[in-house]
Amino acid sequence: MKHSQAAKVFLKNAPRTQWHDKALWFAREKRDIQKNQVTEWETLRDHASQIKEHALSNLDDYLMEFEQNAIGNGIVVHWASDAEEHNRIVFNILQKAGVRKLVKSKSMLTEECRMNPYLENKGIEVIESDLGERIIQLDKQEPSHIVMPAIHMKKEEIGKLFEKELHTETGNNDPQYLTAAARSHLRKHFLSAEVALTGVNFAIAETGGFVVCTNEGNADMGVHHARIHIASMGIEKLIPKKEHLAVFIRLLARSATGQPITNYTSHFQKPEKGKEIHIILVDNGRSEHLGEEKFWRALKCIRCGACMNTCPVYRRSGGHSYGYTIPGPIGSILTPKIDLKQFADLPFASSLCGSCSDVCPVKIDIHEQLYQWRQEVYEHGHLSWIKKTGFRVVGKILASPRLYGLTGTIARFFLIYAPGFLVYNRMNTWGKSRDIPTLPRQSFQEWYKENRNKS
Amino acid sequence: MKVGLFIPCYIDQLYPCVGISTLQLLEKLGVDVEVPQNQTCCGQPLANSGLQKETIGISRHFINLFSNCDTIVSPSGSCVLQIKEHVPKELHDEKYSHIKNNIYELTEFITDILKIDELDGQFPYRVGLLQSCHSLRGLRNGKSSELAGKRFSKSGQLLSSLKDIKLVDLDRPDECCGFGGTFSVFEEAVSVQMGVDKIKDHLSHDAEIIAGTDMSCLMHLEGLINRNRQLLKVMHIAEILNTAMT
Ligand code: SF4
Repeated sequence: MKHSQAAKVFLKNAPRTQWHDKALWFAREKRDIQKNQVTEWETLRDHASQIKEHALSNLDDYLMEFEQNAIGNGIVVHWASDAEEHNRIVFNILQKAGVRKLVKSKSMLTEECRMNPYLENKGIEVIESDLGERIIQLDKQEPSHIVMPAIHMKKEEIGKLFEKELHTETGNNDPQYLTAAARSHLRKHFLSAEVALTGVNFAIAETGGFVVCTNEGNADMGVHHARIHIASMGIEKLIPKKEHLAVFIRLLARSATGQPITNYTSHFQKPEKGKEIHIILVDNGRSEHLGEEKFWRALKCIRCGACMNTCPVYRRSGGHSYGYTIPGPIGSILTPKIDLKQFADLPFASSLCGSCSDVCPVKIDIHEQLYQWRQEVYEHGHLSWIKKTGFRVVGKILASPRLYGLTGTIARFFLIYAPGFLVYNRMNTWGKSRDIPTLPRQSFQEWYKENRNKS
Repeated sequence: MKVGLFIPCYIDQLYPCVGISTLQLLEKLGVDVEVPQNQTCCGQPLANSGLQKETIGISRHFINLFSNCDTIVSPSGSCVLQIKEHVPKELHDEKYSHIKNNIYELTEFITDILKIDELDGQFPYRVGLLQSCHSLRGLRNGKSSELAGKRFSKSGQLLSSLKDIKLVDLDRPDECCGFGGTFSVFEEAVSVQMGVDKIKDHLSHDAEIIAGTDMSCLMHLEGLINRNRQLLKVMHIAEILNTAMT
């Protein structure tokens, strides 16, 4: 389904839309409070952007440095060129260890790789340990937000789900009660897990270590009990030095949820005695994306989700309307690189207001990239409506004052809106909920000639 | 200084009163205004839909028409941004650079070039300011709420200098109104919801008028207000300043 259609369906449930919009706007407001308390906020954003651009521009060197240092620390390093290879590596590690259960904390990369279905098909039980992710998993859904995966669900729905899946009291929707129920349910999985998987927020070339940020401490719970820790990371997660964490850690949680820092910021450096750490460095299209002159900066993303919280379109259409693991503004500039035709409508799911670019802690020019992707969509012939419309004709009319004058009076309104009307094969897309402006007796140019320029 | 006035196509065709107000306002401020004849459009409706390539003709016409002006002023932040940022590369020459560096949105022209921060006028109404995104985040004619630092707004500054005006505080002062050019028809449902919410914000703070620097955003809101028979009026800032100064 196209974004605009999915959004329409989402908007049908007005109370839910309002509540969804408010919940995310609240996160944006909390972020603003934090931002106002850090006097050097804009300098931090500059630094973060520059560090990322530097790291991405020298990624090959930093990856080698990282690998060498990680191996030196006793970590096993794997390279995966695509999703399939990543999933296979995880499965092989499990198989070699003779383990049939994987406890994992939140990782957008494994969602991207569709790892859970892959492993489940091979008989592995996968347990999501982040509360939001666990809810989504139990309800057989997809996350709708990268930081708050179940933000589209109301507590009543979660109560019902837990009644069915975790046998909680009927009709008890108290968030604290439900959280406690999830906690005790997860605890037994933590205690029995032999292999735990986490994502990676930042990996440090200089030390060969990496950092995982969570609020629930679930990554640590899983990892500390398990014999084997698998960390999956996209190659763009690399930063050169440990001291750079001072920039990113200050930005990440403030941007994401308006907290000064996540409850847990866990540094992993080397395996404990008798245990193993495996890192999987995943490309999956990243190095090709990096070669895109207009679009490589999208890889600076630290997945804070702030662009979703601030996006007036995302808040009113929900994460699922984007049809990809990473929704919202950043999703709309990542997906066209994956499949321009399939995701051709996403660069258009924006009013180009630019709020995303201003909120982004690493200063990705998101709205400018949306604009550029629109050009690519047109140039590759994926604007299906273009053939049906007079858009090119409009270009000719506007280039010619004579044609403009001729068509003007009659076509005043349609001049600008004809394309939109024709796309939908009916005349009233604008006018469904909006009145059309009353047409004036004369145009400005006509008025000017009559009153000022009588020659 | 020879100032060329650019009146974008939809103002020319649909809201000539805004063009007239802009002209009269500039004249009241002592500016020698010239209106090059046969103007059409900045090309934005096409460019924002992915057809920047197809705007070469439009842009060339614009450049030829305005390259003789020392300064160009337009009552639309959005069209000014289009000319500054999205004219096709093929046309980037000296003539274009001159235009790019000397084109201004109306309120920034008044505050930055004429160096006028306060206007002598009266406007006894409760006004909500719609900071159009392209003026705000594109031209930086104000500080957006996402950025850190001191608040400022060039259009807000001019409005607040009028006697008896009450600028209302909105809950979301710079959230997009949902117009977005062809976005308003491609993503009709979301666009309408954004507009409805923007109007609600104004009504809940007892605004009587929504003032804006872009008539296209105001056209979208006006369409909703009229359809829903709400008690609110939209006015372009040129109309307000021009009325206030009589
Ligand atoms: S694009 Fe920027 S704001 Fe959006 S998730 Fe990535 S880092 Fe955060």
